[in-house]
Amino acid sequence: MKRICLTVLGIFIWFMAAFSQSAGYDTSSYKPVRLKLDEADLVSGYYSQNGNHSAVTGGTGSEQLHDISNVIDLKFVKWDPTGTNQYHLDMEVGLDHHTAASQAYVSQTGASRAYGTRFYPSLNWSVQNGRGFTFGVGASFSTEYNYHSFGLNAVAGKTSRSQNTDITLRGQVFLDRVGLIYPSELAPSTAGSGSGYSTYTTASGQVIGSYGGDDHYTIPTSPRNTYAGSLTWSQVINRNMQVALLADFVGQNGLLSLPFHRVYFNDNSTEKIENLPDIRLKIPLGMRLNYFLGDKLVLRSYYRYYRDNWGIRSHTASLETPYKLSPFVSVAPFYRYYTQTASCYFAPYAAHKLTDTYYTSNYELSAMNTHYAGINLRFAPQKGLYIFDLIELRYGHYVQTTGLHGDNIAINFRFR
Amino acid sequence: MHAAAWLAGGFLLALALGSCTPVKAYQKSKINDADMELSARKVEKPESNFQSYKEGASGAGGGKVGGGCGCN
Repeated sequence: MKRICLTVLGIFIWFMAAFSQSAGYDTSSYKPVRLKLDEADLVSGYYSQNGNHSAVTGGTGSEQLHDISNVIDLKFVKWDPTGTNQYHLDMEVGLDHHTAASQAYVSQTGASRAYGTRFYPSLNWSVQNGRGFTFGVGASFSTEYNYHSFGLNAVAGKTSRSQNTDITLRGQVFLDRVGLIYPSELAPSTAGSGSGYSTYTTASGQVIGSYGGDDHYTIPTSPRNTYAGSLTWSQVINRNMQVALLADFVGQNGLLSLPFHRVYFNDNSTEKIENLPDIRLKIPLGMRLNYFLGDKLVLRSYYRYYRDNWGIRSHTASLETPYKLSPFVSVAPFYRYYTQTASCYFAPYAAHKLTDTYYTSNYELSAMNTHYAGINLRFAPQKGLYIFDLIELRYGHYVQTTGLHGDNIAINFRFR
Repeated sequence: MHAAAWLAGGFLLALALGSCTPVKAYQKSKINDADMELSARKVEKPESNFQSYKEGASGAGGGKVGGGCGCN
């Protein structure tokens, strides 16, 4: 234990020493250096899907969904006056809007509102010194009608002198609050805290909290916390090939089910809300390997193995093959294959036994194979295109063996 | 099956790392190409979002590990 403590302390001092100031700089010629906008990206996407296994209606019913997403990402950079430290500030703001057919059925009558909006800004700051050490911190926030998330992260990394090897360690914490919205027929008559407090769900799906008969529109919440550590090691193999190994360890606790997901049991009369363990441990291990084949073709490959303590084992493999029509224009067909085993807590509609401790009919946790294929077009003319430095367009068609299928189209505009 | 997949993956990785040669900055014209970046493209953000909602696995360079709902 003592040795571990001393080792951790040693690593911390090593990183701090890497960024410590040295005495003796002549500051008489000091000139403040302004933060400069280095890159600005706008990513817009439209995703549409349909299927027949909605978790809101217990593993049966429409999964039709349309989602529009927009993310603006601004990267600022500045050098300190000595020219040794480089500072990065990354500001991101995202706004998604969706309509989901199943959401209307939070209320049994189908009268709940079937749309929602999510807003998610984030801010990350980092510094890289002349010896290749990087240190950074960041915060993120995400809010929608029934879900709020606050995240913090810290990152430390080292790039080798030759810039052929890079190691990055990252820690992330997300402190979330899940809104306790129940199906209208299953809403508890009393909930919340304090005497005289109660909630009820109206036919339109509105959750109303009431203190002694005085109604107000507050949704009670329950915590969901996520703690994640990740290690990335990237290595240039030769002039044409580089590889990255990625390892995450993720722990979650709190309310990991969603209270408006229904479950129907095999006695054909019992209906409850989803119930899942309050702890989940996930270990995803990934690898990216990119190879420049000849002068015009690039092979971008990715593989991930995943397992968790809910019984899911999965493999993901993808290959993208950008072909360069010119140095600034590339066309890249891609294909992604994904497979997973079912969680031990999953059963389809009306298949759970009354004796089950944990139960869900959410097909995200079912056994499945998925195929995702499409094309990526990239235009990055040397002198730009109008006001853009880069335009990238991507389309993909998604199919699950559960019957769900969808289409995704996204575009990235970059300004400099 | 799993053992064979791990063995094949480990063999390929060992082969790749075993063939490491020092690459100078001026030799990195292909390594520095935008299509060679060892991270997902920015334009992939919406798809990694829906994939992490519709599938049980996420993380390790494929989707976020936490934050946000995914309830539709």
